[in-house]
Amino acid sequence: MARYIFKRLISAIPVLLGITIIVFLIMASIPGDPATAILGSYATPENVARLNRDLGLDKPLFIRYFIWIGNLLTGDFGRSFSLNRPVLDEVLERFQATLVLAGVSFVLCSIFGILAGVVSAARQYGLADKLITFSVLIGISIPSFFLGMMMILTFAVNLRWLPVSGMFAIYGGGDLPDLVRHLVMPATALSVVATGVVARMSRSAMLEVLRQDFIRTARAKGVREHRVVLGHALRAAMVSIIPVLGIQAGFVLSGSVYVEMVFQWPGVGRMLVDAILKRDILLVQGGVVFVAACYVLFNICVDVAQSLLDPRIKT
Amino acid sequence: MIAFLKLLFRNKLAAGGLILFGLVVVLAVLTPILPLANPDATATGDRFQPPFSPDHVMGTDHLGRDLLSRLLWGTRLSLAVGFVAALLAAFLGSAIGIVAGYFGQRTDNIIMRLVDMLMAFPYILLALAIVAALGPGLVNAMIAVAAVNIPFFARNIRGVTVSLARREFVDAARLAGMGHLRIIVFELLPNVAPVIVIAMSTTVGWMILETAGLSFLGLGSQPPQADLGSMLGEARSAMITSPHTSIVPGIMIFVIVMSINLLGDGVRDALDPRLRSGALTRPSAATLVDRGRAPAQDEAPSDQDLLSIQNLSTEFRVGRRCYRAVREVSLQARAGECLGVIGESGSGKSVTALSVMGLVASPPGVITGGAVRLRGEDLLGADYERLRSLRGDKVAYIFQDPLSTLHPLYRVSDQLIEAIQAHHAMPKAQARRRALELLEAVQIPNAESRLSSFPHEMSGGMRQRVSIAMALINDPDVVIADEPTTALDVTVQAQVLAILDDLRRKRDLAIIFITHDFGLVAQLCDRVAVMYAGQIVEEGPAKDLLERPAHPYTKRLMACVPELGQGRRQLEAIAGLPPAVDQLPDGCAFAPRCDKAQPSCKTGLVALRQNVDLPRKVRCHFPEEVA
Repeated sequence: MARYIFKRLISAIPVLLGITIIVFLIMASIPGDPATAILGSYATPENVARLNRDLGLDKPLFIRYFIWIGNLLTGDFGRSFSLNRPVLDEVLERFQATLVLAGVSFVLCSIFGILAGVVSAARQYGLADKLITFSVLIGISIPSFFLGMMMILTFAVNLRWLPVSGMFAIYGGGDLPDLVRHLVMPATALSVVATGVVARMSRSAMLEVLRQDFIRTARAKGVREHRVVLGHALRAAMVSIIPVLGIQAGFVLSGSVYVEMVFQWPGVGRMLVDAILKRDILLVQGGVVFVAACYVLFNICVDVAQSLLDPRIKT
Repeated sequence: MIAFLKLLFRNKLAAGGLILFGLVVVLAVLTPILPLANPDATATGDRFQPPFSPDHVMGTDHLGRDLLSRLLWGTRLSLAVGFVAALLAAFLGSAIGIVAGYFGQRTDNIIMRLVDMLMAFPYILLALAIVAALGPGLVNAMIAVAAVNIPFFARNIRGVTVSLARREFVDAARLAGMGHLRIIVFELLPNVAPVIVIAMSTTVGWMILETAGLSFLGLGSQPPQADLGSMLGEARSAMITSPHTSIVPGIMIFVIVMSINLLGDGVRDALDPRLRSGALTRPSAATLVDRGRAPAQDEAPSDQDLLSIQNLSTEFRVGRRCYRAVREVSLQARAGECLGVIGESGSGKSVTALSVMGLVASPPGVITGGAVRLRGEDLLGADYERLRSLRGDKVAYIFQDPLSTLHPLYRVSDQLIEAIQAHHAMPKAQARRRALELLEAVQIPNAESRLSSFPHEMSGGMRQRVSIAMALINDPDVVIADEPTTALDVTVQAQVLAILDDLRRKRDLAIIFITHDFGLVAQLCDRVAVMYAGQIVEEGPAKDLLERPAHPYTKRLMACVPELGQGRRQLEAIAGLPPAVDQLPDGCAFAPRCDKAQPSCKTGLVALRQNVDLPRKVRCHFPEEVA
């Protein structure tokens, strides 16, 4: 097992390098030079040239890349000019908030998605199946940002059950119950689409597995039906559900950008959008690389979970 | 194409989706000629008019612009942008995929590595990076959305192309001197096109949603021009006081995406043949029993019969077709007796066996008549819990191909222990000891260490022994073995048969042994029944029947079997095929293939009759001379 994890970590290195190259190239292709963006359009040519030299922007592209990647490895992501603080500090702080939101949404979509899929498959063509299939259809078609706005309107403005936005109350907040109250709506809005997708995939994976010969064997042994479905079938179905969960983690992370905007959640997605609008390139670059790297590492965890579940995968 | 549309429209949801989506598209196309207000004409005096105001059916937004007009123009823009993004992604992605798949080797390797890296991003990060580089704007947002979908198309199309590029027609084109470009455009592209269309139909809704999302974030369309996303984004600040300005564009996005999803699902279902036949239905815990009348108790068997199958009929109902797999089959097995059931594939022998414990997949299987009695108790009328308590405890199965019949993810010990604990409350350690005993009884070497193996770590012979051990673990009265040695080589087969035979004598088991191998029947069985097209055509003591077959089918079937040490002789295949069991002919089912058939064979029913001279039942008007 340890060898398998090690192997997967090694194989992630070229992917991580590739990610940095792609992000770097995209950012380097920006027309106009950052110095002008920082100093404003009234800057003198001398000042622009000096800042370009200070920032190392007069060097060839690949040298700039190596300088940048060397800095990344030592934890120096550069400095955000719009916030006037180190990029890494800002990204780490914002990423925590995103992690709470996306993590909770991911757990929600995994639990409820699989649950709905299993119930739906076990009661195929029954009332529960029809209800779930219908809800899933609605769920995967609602844009999360629209759903979020409607939730605010209903539960925060009209019913006054939950706070409108933010992560903590400004006065007297900051504890766990406060966080949970603020989290309910954004986490739900973010997980609805993913829950629908997971439910669909779980349903078809369960239906596929329930037709297999080993299910008939379990029944021929006299195993009780709920154990056949929740034990034998679900276990085998998880082999095809887990990769879907890995993909959904990426979707939840992506969707968090919209939800953070709607609910004013202080996460990395909202930071990126602000940074793009302010043309704070280093902040965008650092944020994208950091989050993408985390996602790659998360996918390694998914692969490890998969190999723990399925002994046929060579470790 | 017409068949496809018919299938699509039979699916009511898909048809609904198509109509809804068509309506939206027509509205969007007609927008410029509709009598609408100027969508960008501001009138600050008329800000936030509620819906159904005299001049503005849907009200106005924060600048007093007519919402209906903005909605339709925004829809038009969103649809256009989404479609262009989808076309762009499909074109570039497919081009990359075809090139990678066609040239293969290093080209393929490099391209696919790059695609994998792009797919390692959560897609929105890539889109945001691209927008950051190009600057906010609708065209740039569209490019970003298209770009992040290129890897998806590239990977799908490459997969299809790889398999096509190895086919003969591509080789032929190459030999004919066609250049790469011509081969790709004229030979490969027409074959790949359907896949591209399907991939587009499933992603276009997604791309409309994503461009709207970027506009919502303020990175897409810039004022005063508005697509649905930016309308929603602008309305957000006034959401609480004038919710209609958000609800109107939001619902429109929802309607578009849902109609496309419905349509996409319908297209996929119509093109996926597995769903068409209803094969993906879930088999229930026990076969559906739908007997016109419960069989009378006086049909109960003699006391000697442990298991008695009486006039069993099982059919498969698929759509309007009805496959009569088993027709009025009667079989008896006594304790310590081995009954062989022999027949070609599809003759109904496995379905007969599975019907005993209600294990025929249902739907589509239905037991339509007869009775299965275990010590006189009718199992077909029993409720599920009673059936379950007998399964594996009193009547156990051994299936063929244990690689697919054993659970691939459970250890052997867990599967064996579970078989015990399903019926007997026994501590795990004790159950484990029992499992070990059984593995030793079926002669598995190193049984102790084999307990913790997974099925895929064992050889075929070992797995088959495990499934025999599993069948015997609760000391059942009846074992139904469905071709238990088909997948094994001859020496292992002999060992497995010896084990079964030994256990039968020691434990007084009744064995129903299903096979298509006459040699095994001769070796193991006391009595044998021959099945053809769902019926028993001949039944009698094994040795006698094999030496002197009375039914023409049995005789012909045996003539097909080569024998060692018999010298050269003509092997005679039986001409023709068994009848399809949904279109059974009148009279004898074998008559169309039988060289002795008379006109009388093709009308009316042929009964299974007791032979006068022999302990034999035959379903034939003109049996072979056997006396």
